[in-house]
Amino acid sequence: MTRYRVSVEIKPREGILDPQGKAVADALRTLGFAGVQDVHVGRYVVVDANSPNESNARESVNAMCKKLLANPVIEDFAITRVEAL
Amino acid sequence: MKFGIVRFPGSNCDTDAYHAVVDTLGEEAVYLWHKDHDLQDVDVVILPGGFAYGDYLRAGAIARFSPIMTEVIAHARRGAPVLAICNGFQVACEAGLLPGALMRNAGLQYICESIRMRVETTDTIFTANYSPGQIVRAPIAHGEGRYTADEATLDELEAHNRVVLRYVGVNPNGSARDIAGIVNETGNVLGIMPHPERVVESLVGGNDGLAIFSSLLARVPA
Repeated sequence: MTRYRVSVEIKPREGILDPQGKAVADALRTLGFAGVQDVHVGRYVVVDANSPNESNARESVNAMCKKLLANPVIEDFAITRVEAL
Repeated sequence: MKFGIVRFPGSNCDTDAYHAVVDTLGEEAVYLWHKDHDLQDVDVVILPGGFAYGDYLRAGAIARFSPIMTEVIAHARRGAPVLAICNGFQVACEAGLLPGALMRNAGLQYICESIRMRVETTDTIFTANYSPGQIVRAPIAHGEGRYTADEATLDELEAHNRVVLRYVGVNPNGSARDIAGIVNETGNVLGIMPHPERVVESLVGGNDGLAIFSSLLARVPA
């Protein structure tokens, strides 16, 4: 067993009204960042777990996302990084 | 009739629900601890408002896996009534008892105020004692009450008269199609963001919520 650190990015599903992202985008434009087109605010989850190998660690966190970490009705998720610790 | 009020860590409208059932309606109620597996033969389960598990991750996401929820889901699948209020509505959506999800209010603010809603159908066990189209007043108190579902789901809810309550005048949180309350396909689970249990006697400024409880009394065989 190796200990893996798996990072997951969860954000509002494309096309769903994201008032938080919109408010942040407006604030950035007010601050002079005129080029800002769109902002989305989501969550970043880091899971440390023991697994026999990297693909197993990835698969396991994928299942965690489907069951608990993300809500498929309103959110998309992506595993952004898997590293052995 | 026996009501069971689920208590999660962070529930805070449990005693209001108890008061509505026991003191106002004169029926029996028990609290159901989230770690238990025994529904104590209740006829109706109430998932009350609050902030179960601190709303960590997403409102309702962790509460949905509480031990008692296994039994609540089985109770609902048997066709027995579940009244899911506010945070309870969020838990019911996360548990798959109701379609869709409740997202952050469009205005980003937590809103605590009295709102008006229209009773869209009286053909449910929860609204039988209202008159069709009746406008009722109840408080809302939530930061994440914007009902969201894909268009196909919304169309299906509308087509089968499952939108039971709709905000009128002002849509406080940006809910799709002004939805304040929906029932599941079999009509035995009601999810509602406003708080009927807080308006059950004129002393507290209104009793428009009482009919939800009295409808259950009239329509559910105990």
